[in-house]
Amino acid sequence: MQELESFRAEVRQWLEANCPASQRQPITPQEQYWGGRRGRFSSEDARLWYERMRDKGWIAPEWPIEYGGGGLSDRQSRVIRQEMKRINARAPLYGIGLWMLGPALLEYGNAAQKQQHIPAIINGETRWAQGYSEPGAGSDLASLQCKAEDRGDHFLVNGSKIWTTAADKCDWIFCLVRTKPDGKKQEGISFLLIDMDDPGVSTTPIALISGESEFCQTFFDNVKVPRENLVGELNKGWSVAKALLVHERKLMAEMGSDSPRKIVAPNEAARTYLEFDNGRIADAQLRSDLVDYDMQMHAIALTHFRGFEEKSSGVSSPAALVMKYLGTEAEKTKCELLLAILGSRGLGWEGEGFTPEELDTLRLWAMSKAMTIAGGSSEIQLNVIAKKVLGLPQPAEV
Amino acid sequence: MPLVLNEEQRLLRDTARDFLASHAPVSALRKLRDERNPLGYEPQLWRQMAELGWASIILPEQYGGLDFGFLGLGLVMEECGRTLVASPLFASAVVGASALLLGGSSAQQVALLPKIAAGELTLALALEEYHHHRPTRIATTAVREGDDFLLNGSKTFVVDGHSADLLIVVARSAGEESGPEGLSLFLVERKLAGVSCRRTLMADSRNAADLQLDNVRVGAHQMLGEEGNGWAILAPVLDRGRVAIAAEMMGCALEAFERTVAYLKERRQFGAPIGSFQALQHRAAQMQADIELCRSVLLQALSVVDEKPGQLPILASLAKAKLNELVKRVTNEAVQMHGGIGVTDALDIGFFLKRARVTMQLFGDTGFHKDRYATLCGY
Ligand SMILES: Cc1cc2nc3c(=O)[nH]c(=O)nc-3n(C[C@H](O)[C@H](O)[C@H](O)COP(=O)(O)OP(=O)(O)OC[C@H]3O[C@@H](n4cnc5c(N)ncnc54)[C@H](O)[C@@H]3O)c2cc1C
Repeated sequence: MQELESFRAEVRQWLEANCPASQRQPITPQEQYWGGRRGRFSSEDARLWYERMRDKGWIAPEWPIEYGGGGLSDRQSRVIRQEMKRINARAPLYGIGLWMLGPALLEYGNAAQKQQHIPAIINGETRWAQGYSEPGAGSDLASLQCKAEDRGDHFLVNGSKIWTTAADKCDWIFCLVRTKPDGKKQEGISFLLIDMDDPGVSTTPIALISGESEFCQTFFDNVKVPRENLVGELNKGWSVAKALLVHERKLMAEMGSDSPRKIVAPNEAARTYLEFDNGRIADAQLRSDLVDYDMQMHAIALTHFRGFEEKSSGVSSPAALVMKYLGTEAEKTKCELLLAILGSRGLGWEGEGFTPEELDTLRLWAMSKAMTIAGGSSEIQLNVIAKKVLGLPQPAEV
Repeated sequence: MPLVLNEEQRLLRDTARDFLASHAPVSALRKLRDERNPLGYEPQLWRQMAELGWASIILPEQYGGLDFGFLGLGLVMEECGRTLVASPLFASAVVGASALLLGGSSAQQVALLPKIAAGELTLALALEEYHHHRPTRIATTAVREGDDFLLNGSKTFVVDGHSADLLIVVARSAGEESGPEGLSLFLVERKLAGVSCRRTLMADSRNAADLQLDNVRVGAHQMLGEEGNGWAILAPVLDRGRVAIAAEMMGCALEAFERTVAYLKERRQFGAPIGSFQALQHRAAQMQADIELCRSVLLQALSVVDEKPGQLPILASLAKAKLNELVKRVTNEAVQMHGGIGVTDALDIGFFLKRARVTMQLFGDTGFHKDRYATLCGY
């Protein structure tokens, strides 16, 4: 406890000295640094901030020092995140590599794979894409068909992946591929790392309701993937896939409450956009919706905190399994609430007549619809809770 | 405040659970109801609960208390919620003890707290005058006459009002009819001349009463706290009560939920357990998610009572509102998912449903606490 508090003081002091003022502002999507060959810093300050954090080992504070991490405990890492949040410090680096692949590779990868890929994530050299979903395999992920034939020193990959976020901007992609056509569907899947520069890999962007083309369909046409890019054992990729999904869901659960964004909190927006009557929001319906949302977020924040404490003291609890569902549903509620509070000012699509924040609110509202679909939909989360937490019998199918 | 129970706290909870399962199962409440028991609880059981120290969990050792902290009391309340134990625990050990602890003079504390700690003296808070929780809307008057006060008015929904030895009466000695200023608290023996009491039989088969005060004469030394400044005591006492009742509601919801999930695995229709139907699975899973949220909120609210009392008002309202919603949803679903048997008196689920409705009104319904939360947030 005592040690942690003195660590906190150190962190606070270091951040104070090293985080440029411009990097303590809410961030827009355009200002995020995602690394990789196409990665661009939005300003010199952003570069400086990233480099300082990298040199300090705090891009991934809990990863081992030998791979460029900070070698710190979960508690210490949390202190860093809390202190960053306290001053609204931006995340210096974004990415699926940092959030999802890195942790899974540290657990399942061999020494050579870790050496090749982990420092490259921290150093901003590679931006990763996630190749899980296929046109015919979404929620029922294990039915995936993208095929990898074992050719001894390499695999020959054919098929396609869909909804691959930012695939057109990524350098590498981790893929679930079918390496055994028969038997139980989960037992014929392998986890491959594929260089997107390899011949035969191509992408087509897909436009979204938010107006962006965040994701792509990714095609594999006779792509040769060296055997050393297989993570874990052949046909055992499903375990790696699931471990990675745990990180993905945790990340998504915390998206609403954690990351400093350009968008305002509903209760702040209320002060700007709503009429007050004797210190109370005059519109009874909106006041009631707002208090429901605030109470829900208060409860969610306390539950994140409890979940962390339980994990660090080795107490098992179902809290972690319900957070993706709760967090992403709350994020959608928040965006609907913001639109309601902004009224017609929240409906601007682009151009003049609206502030940038107002325009962002609408775009974020459109994006929020994806939160309860990506990473395992809300319905799938409820299936998981029913099965894993409540032990309810499974339906005849599935 | 780590929101994880320590060894001692887990032990207290487990002891309470074991004791109540064998000494006060739901059938005990059913029996009290069916025999129309005039007291409304088993004195023998209450003595045993007191021997376990439950009447004195939050009281300092100098008064014979366990000094275990409010979180401990919450854990016991939660276990009591699981089996719907009828006892003076809430009115005496939570509300009464807190009032004396926070507002009693040292003479009052020395005289009364050891008896409360031993379970020998029971208390009841005579507050409400309206059919919704309106703690400052007090028309009962306290008029000074020499060294005495004369109390006049009527009270309703007084938990344990017909069985408690000592009443804590909230009366107005000054001020407007619906403001916190000018309220005073008095310790009034229930048997005192001018106090009349009518037990009200409520949905939950537990104890409540209406009280009438006609020229009840009490000495000034019977005042709790300062004249006209009763709100300073009452406000934190109510918040403690809200958190403790929320803990009871948690136990009530958990028990009803667990019994329902067990039934989903056991009952078969269409050749399969009904728990394999996704319509029921998803509703059950959503309740599990709500339970997780309520668990964190409750632990935090119980912890701040001792550790950060400044945060108590907002957390008490958060906890009471969230638990109100949880217990309503869970008890309704418990009935629905049991089908026809769910609406029979033979099944215990009905007792959970009814107790839930009473606790939802006690010390503030959902609307009251949402409004208060919004106000505390500044909108
Ligand atoms: C913003 C975003 C980013 C994404 N990024 C990536 C990425 O980078 N890489 C990647 O591989 N994938 C990505 N995805 C894909 C995502 O994982 C899938 O969209 C998701 O798994 C759902 O699959 P689907 O779209 O095929 O929907 P379907 O599985 O067809 O689902 C349609 C509807 O049916 C419901 N449903 C399905 N099965 C059940 C069931 N058993 N019980 C009850 N209801 C059910 C679903 O909940 C949903 O409401 C992304 C998706 C989004 C929205």
